[in-house]
Amino acid sequence: MKNRWIALYVENQVGVLAKVSGLFSAKSYNLQSLTVGTTEDETVSRMTICVTSDDVTFEQIKKQLNTMIEVIKVIDLTNVPIHMKEILFAKVGRCTFEEKQEVFQIAEVFRVQVADIGKDSVLLECKLTERRNNELIALLKSKFKSVEVVRGGAVAIESISTSCR
Amino acid sequence: MDITGRKLFVKALHEEKVDTVFGYPGGMVIDLFDELYKETDINVVLPRHEQGLIHAAEGYAKATGKVGVCVVTSGPGATNLITGLADAHYDSIPLVCITGQVPLGLIGNDAFQEVDIVGMTRSVTKYGVTVRERKDLGKILKMAFHIASTGKPGPVVVDIPKDIQTEPGDSEYPSSVQIRGYKPVEGVHVGQLKKAYKLLKNARKPLILSGGGVNIAKAGAELEKFAEKMRIPVVTTVMGKGSISTSHPYYIGNSGLHGRYAANIAVSECDVLFSIGTRFNDRITGDLNEFAPKAQIVHIDIETASISRNVVVDVPVVADAKTALEKLLEWAEPLDTVEWMAEIAAWNKENPLQMRRDKGLSPQMIFEEINQQFEKPIVVTDVGQHQMWAAQYIDMDRSDLFITSGGLGTMGFGFPAAVGAKIGRPDQTVICVTGDGGFQMNMQEMATAVCQNAPVIVCIFNNYYLGMVRQMQQLFYGKRYSATCLRKRITCPEGCKGPGEQCPPYEPDFVKWAESYGVRGIRVTTAEEMTQAFEEAKKNQTSTVIEFMIATEEIVLPMVKGGNPMSKMILK
Repeated sequence: MKNRWIALYVENQVGVLAKVSGLFSAKSYNLQSLTVGTTEDETVSRMTICVTSDDVTFEQIKKQLNTMIEVIKVIDLTNVPIHMKEILFAKVGRCTFEEKQEVFQIAEVFRVQVADIGKDSVLLECKLTERRNNELIALLKSKFKSVEVVRGGAVAIESISTSCR
Repeated sequence: MDITGRKLFVKALHEEKVDTVFGYPGGMVIDLFDELYKETDINVVLPRHEQGLIHAAEGYAKATGKVGVCVVTSGPGATNLITGLADAHYDSIPLVCITGQVPLGLIGNDAFQEVDIVGMTRSVTKYGVTVRERKDLGKILKMAFHIASTGKPGPVVVDIPKDIQTEPGDSEYPSSVQIRGYKPVEGVHVGQLKKAYKLLKNARKPLILSGGGVNIAKAGAELEKFAEKMRIPVVTTVMGKGSISTSHPYYIGNSGLHGRYAANIAVSECDVLFSIGTRFNDRITGDLNEFAPKAQIVHIDIETASISRNVVVDVPVVADAKTALEKLLEWAEPLDTVEWMAEIAAWNKENPLQMRRDKGLSPQMIFEEINQQFEKPIVVTDVGQHQMWAAQYIDMDRSDLFITSGGLGTMGFGFPAAVGAKIGRPDQTVICVTGDGGFQMNMQEMATAVCQNAPVIVCIFNNYYLGMVRQMQQLFYGKRYSATCLRKRITCPEGCKGPGEQCPPYEPDFVKWAESYGVRGIRVTTAEEMTQAFEEAKKNQTSTVIEFMIATEEIVLPMVKGGNPMSKMILK
């Protein structure tokens, strides 16, 4: 069992998201995250999907996605060089002055932006890999009383190969 | 020139050469029906329930090879289709189902008879869409027929809001359509196929497993030739029955939970299992870890997703069964399978497929009579014990038709499907084999048979029970016949463990029931009556309902208990 990544090109139509997400619930596939947005071609949407599965199930997931009429292309990103980022906001609340200082230090180490600040709270805006975001949340939760998190799910795109530079 | 949506709908039917529509009217399709009213060359069949309607369309599609077309209204009209959609999805039957929808402006308002039918049926259809703009109607209808009938066939839902039906717009119905996400498999990867052939060539105990895909691809002739040329024995799934003649010397029988002993042992003992057009459903494999334990497996299927899903295969081949078999025939050379065939024959002798004949009517006797009396009938079954007996005992030539609900196992399928088959093939004798339970689920369709002049010979196997479930209760649940006795009344004593003289009478009286429709009803309790009944049915111009009183606690054998390996069969 490990995390795997799929880039999925689909028709930009009503119900396609429901159909794709419905597949994961109907067949008991373990969906970690799913993001969707339009592409440079407005009739096409691109999804970035992360699933946890074994090899056999992952093959089956790709095949099942391919059988859908609305799916244009399935690209397995698991073993190719990619750029992958996830947007995340974390609001640390009920902080003392010292704790706010510590949040600033953490922000510096993780290279995330401080987007806003209040009397006893700090808002972080993070654009990291999903894994790095997980680490950051774990750290914040271990240190502070109140942490509110919203995550956007990861988006990924293939790297430009060195021969094309 | 602009035309209304309803006119374009009828134009699409003409362009697709649709001459039969299974329709049930309602407020949100009244415009479509008004348009159909003017058509003299489209027969609008009015069944008595939308579930019966869609099963009739399935039977029609199976019998004719054409797309079955359903038109129903929004809300309950649409939801009543769902069981049939799931059935057609499982058994790859091409259907285009038009559902009416409330006007665009009312969608989402919980309007009268509004349901999100596309959302509800997403997981049991090949494709489903609500038409949201009049300009897309022609393209969407074309897509629907194209998707339903190509590749692995299946049901498509097109939901048309009422205002789109009456809105004027483009009159064009496209002659073809390009869908970028849908490219049905046409060719075959010759390299993979060669690998598969090589495996087969070196086999000492090769076996072909032929599934429903071979029948859908109409590749029976090629399959038979291939088996003959290479001298390889063949087993079939229930859906694959008839892909090779049942009297063929290389045919062993059905494999599966109620398969023939020799067929199941052959699957367990073969060294190469050459499977075509089957998705290795659990009814075929039993315990997956012990399925074909000694074999390398070749799997030819048109759908990539069917391959290596249930059973991990050694050589996968994505192809249409017919294309693959035609190519294989170019290479085929005979193998030495004399010893292997003798081994199989010995298993068959050890445990032949046979029912007891000591008292009364046995199901086997009834099927033997059908085999003898009828030439090339279309046999349509419902679901249950009678279905398994039919799969075991009906003789089939390649060209014959065996229509049954294999994947979903839908009780209530048989009778309406038989009526649909008869409407599509009026020249053929259609025999509906059904149980007393399943028949009662859709017996209202006798009215459709009468009104459509589509006589069917209905054989009800009446044992007073929901036999297939009762059989499991009988064998594995200490004869606690919970809710499977159809005679049981509220006044019966508790803890009843089987039939006796004190049992209340059975309702309904199928003979009287048949008479109320103006068709012939015959009750049969002996072999002589059986022969006479069939002879009379052959002469009747209307439907004949023959009720066969079979032994109440008859069971289907052999039987593999769910989860057990195929080699572990209950034989007595």
